[in-house]
Amino acid sequence: MSTQTAAGAEKTVPFEEAMSRYEPVIGLEVHVELGTRTKMFCGCATGFGADPNTQTCPVCLGLPGALPVVNATAVESAIRIGLALNCEIADWCRFARKNYFYPDMPKNFQTSQYDEPIAFEGYLDVEVPPREGLDEEPFVFRVEIERAHMEEDTGKSTHVGGATGRIHGASHSLVDYNRAGIPLIEIVTKPLTGAGERAPEVAKAYVGALRDLLRALDVSDVKMEQGSLRCDANVSLMPTGSERFGTRTETKNVNSLRSVERAVRYEMTRHAAVLDAGATILQETRHWHEDTGITTSGRPKSDADDYRYFPEPDLVPVAPSREDVERLRATLPENPAQRRRRLQEEWGYTDLEMRDVVNAGAAEVIEETVAAGASAAAARKWWMGELARRAKTAGEGGASVELLDLGVSPAHVAELDGLVTSGRLNDSMARQTLEGVLAGEGTPTEVADARGLELVQDDGALQAAVDEVIAANPDVVEKIRGGKVQAVGALIGQVMKTMRGQADAGKARQLILDTLGVEG
Amino acid sequence: MSTTLSDDLTRLSAVQMADRLADGAITSEQLTQAHLDRIVRLNPTLNAYLLVDPEGALATAREVDRARAAGEDLPRLAGVPVAVKDIACTEGMTTTAGSRMLADFVPPYDATIVTRIRDARMPILGKTNMDEFAMGSSTEHSAFGPTRNPWDLDRIPGGSGGGSSAAVAAYLAPLAVGSDTGGSIRQPAAVTGTVGTKPTYGAVSRYGVIALASSLDQIGPCARTVADAALLHEVLAGHDPMDSTSIDAPVPDVVGASGTTDLTGLRVGVVREISGEGFQAGVQARFDEALDQLRALGAEIVEVSCPHFGYAMAAYYLILPSEASSNLARYDAMRYGLRETPEGSPSAEQVMAASRDAGFGDEVKRRIILGTYALSSGYYDAYYGQAQKVRTLIARDFEAAFEQADVLVSPTSPTTAFALGDKTEDPMAMYLNDIATIPANLAGVPGMSIPSGTADEDSLPAGLQILAPAMQDQRLYAVGAALEARLRETQGGYVIEQAPEIEVRA
Repeated sequence: MSTQTAAGAEKTVPFEEAMSRYEPVIGLEVHVELGTRTKMFCGCATGFGADPNTQTCPVCLGLPGALPVVNATAVESAIRIGLALNCEIADWCRFARKNYFYPDMPKNFQTSQYDEPIAFEGYLDVEVPPREGLDEEPFVFRVEIERAHMEEDTGKSTHVGGATGRIHGASHSLVDYNRAGIPLIEIVTKPLTGAGERAPEVAKAYVGALRDLLRALDVSDVKMEQGSLRCDANVSLMPTGSERFGTRTETKNVNSLRSVERAVRYEMTRHAAVLDAGATILQETRHWHEDTGITTSGRPKSDADDYRYFPEPDLVPVAPSREDVERLRATLPENPAQRRRRLQEEWGYTDLEMRDVVNAGAAEVIEETVAAGASAAAARKWWMGELARRAKTAGEGGASVELLDLGVSPAHVAELDGLVTSGRLNDSMARQTLEGVLAGEGTPTEVADARGLELVQDDGALQAAVDEVIAANPDVVEKIRGGKVQAVGALIGQVMKTMRGQADAGKARQLILDTLGVEG
Repeated sequence: MSTTLSDDLTRLSAVQMADRLADGAITSEQLTQAHLDRIVRLNPTLNAYLLVDPEGALATAREVDRARAAGEDLPRLAGVPVAVKDIACTEGMTTTAGSRMLADFVPPYDATIVTRIRDARMPILGKTNMDEFAMGSSTEHSAFGPTRNPWDLDRIPGGSGGGSSAAVAAYLAPLAVGSDTGGSIRQPAAVTGTVGTKPTYGAVSRYGVIALASSLDQIGPCARTVADAALLHEVLAGHDPMDSTSIDAPVPDVVGASGTTDLTGLRVGVVREISGEGFQAGVQARFDEALDQLRALGAEIVEVSCPHFGYAMAAYYLILPSEASSNLARYDAMRYGLRETPEGSPSAEQVMAASRDAGFGDEVKRRIILGTYALSSGYYDAYYGQAQKVRTLIARDFEAAFEQADVLVSPTSPTTAFALGDKTEDPMAMYLNDIATIPANLAGVPGMSIPSGTADEDSLPAGLQILAPAMQDQRLYAVGAALEARLRETQGGYVIEQAPEIEVRA
């Protein structure tokens, strides 16, 4: 074990300096929890957040005598993922047992796939956006996929009594087997070379593109913060010009897109420092710390890890017919990158606007909002403005949440937009209404009704207010009549004040000018 | 007097019991009580049962009697009691697999075969003794003491299902469920003068049956006659969606086949590699006579060769331990089973190690170590990989043999029952007991052992094994029933009738 403490960062060299001497090789392993109704090998429910150990049965608890049965929907999802990643789909493949002892694994073997993955030899073309402040074109990097295979998740251990929540120093551990047996797809890239200094961005862009793809396939809710999409990042460096890969480390616990980029970048700078000092990289797993932005040593890992894989004798081989594969291919959604280009055209956004929308993960909600009747411009204004700002801090302890987790639906936003365009609400009222919707007070119409938010439609009341203000401000009226039409602003303000905000400012302006007989 | 009456009831065949229950000549409660009485008297001597469930058995019996009195349509074996090997999970009833590890394990669910037995309305008398996790050929590896052979209390009843066979041989049950991974139903049947069938792999659900070696394990019936075995076979077999390896096809008509009396035109193959040398003279003599009787029944005897059977034992003792090492990994004291907590504040890993050390017997540890080694990287290809290739060759041997013959026959076990303690120190000698039965498990084909007579040298029963192609289990029953009837005629009764009275030991 390393003497490394969680608090202490190791030596690093500046990124640019590291890149002047070394070439990175990265590899990404992504685990996706499938959104199937039942587990991989039994009929237990898969919902997130149930009381511990309430979604279990003899099979997923590994009781004596229990046997697995493959979830056909999970196999179909795996095949669809493979096809979307341009993979070959196996004619015939088996599950294998990966044997090791750990309390969160009920059978002390994980039913997985080993040398016969369901999908293999694919690729995903990933668009890497231009760097901040640099006037450059986005570039496309082809990420080669080695394999995508099916396996079951383990239970979830919670280590109690220690300072860090890690097993070290804990007095005891609790295990929740609700997660045991949830279907997982592990997607493994080939070692990616040639990204150079852009490697951290490529890593982030790949995981982001994969997330979009999986979401479009509707096979998983792909929530990194809930662990339904988990990424392990392998990093190694080799001296510039060399073709021999260096020793790699595998960084775990990388639970956001931003962290993927940061963790890869950090490991590159740490490796460079170790190699500069003439030392060797220890092949090990490393833990990423989101707060401090560093990795710390985990378990030494070597190719000598012996999981004693052998074909799972309790299951029969999976042999999808070519007809089934083609049937599934026909269900594939539009490629997310193509879809993005199509939507941009439909919505009339600029490149910059569209990129911001995509980066914010807002394309989907905007699409749904537009479908619900809002204009593309209004949808963008709300989701990328007020709502995006709130999403940044709406989580527990000020953490960010997904837009859709704010409690406002695309239908709500479309309804709100409708209230504005119909003239019922002005902008400020719309914001107050949104406030109410966020607070769970109901739909926009319900909130506006309950809070009495409505522009005064009674022209008589407005005319009275205008007359009153004109009478009270002869000097301003004089200026306007004298040609200083912009002075009307002072009068509008007073009219709005008299109306307690419940007037349409544009209408007030027109009325004042009409009353004074001045051309706007 | 009542004891004699009870004893009389226990001596009926299952077919006779079913008939008399249907006639209303006896009640299931009487029949079940008769067996329970005999168990109370003899089980302390034999140790065939690890657990007896009088309340549960009698409750089922009374329920059946009530239903019958009410004129309900009942399954054929309704009310006929049965014993279940302690390897099948029974909800609410301790299930140990013969291991200290599971001494207090009460399953929260029934194995599919137990559900099928309950659906057949058969009172479950109790759970029978076995070698720990079914590893052994004598029941001496049971953590709860060996079972004694009813023919000779100083001899082994075979294994691993010695408890089931001894119970049936000693009239402590008319029928019993066994499991057969390399001969654990057939070899005990042979050395106790009873009948036992290992059906085609996948014919009977393994769900809820504690796994030894998943690709070899198969559940089957133990009985005193072929017709009785067929009735239980029919109850047990059938597709189960909970077992992925379960065959989704109609169950062969084994009950119909068990009425066969004529074998004209049937080709019976004698496997050169599993007879002759190495087989006890009396066992071989009864086998040779049985061949004559098969000829007399109209069968044609042909010699076939299965050249790779010589490697079966070696392949088996790589595949079985490999699968077992993984199947038994779950016994780690974390969720259920024996927990041994070392001094101080041990880690989970230390608790696992201490518990497995205390909970497993030597034979289990031996096989876990063998299997762990055989699956290790660098050795996998040489051991597990090669063994799988041998397995394929053995399956091909069977295919070729079944082109020349409709069924194959051999002695079931090389010897009659050996003495308790004789082979416990010599694992290889113990393993050799299964030399004739192992090939069927490796190939997944069905096999049956029926009594062929008693050996001249020790007056102990010998067994004859019948093997058939996969999914042709009815052939076993056709040949078994015809030969059984013929031998009964020529030998003046069933072999089991020659068993001596059991002397109660304190």
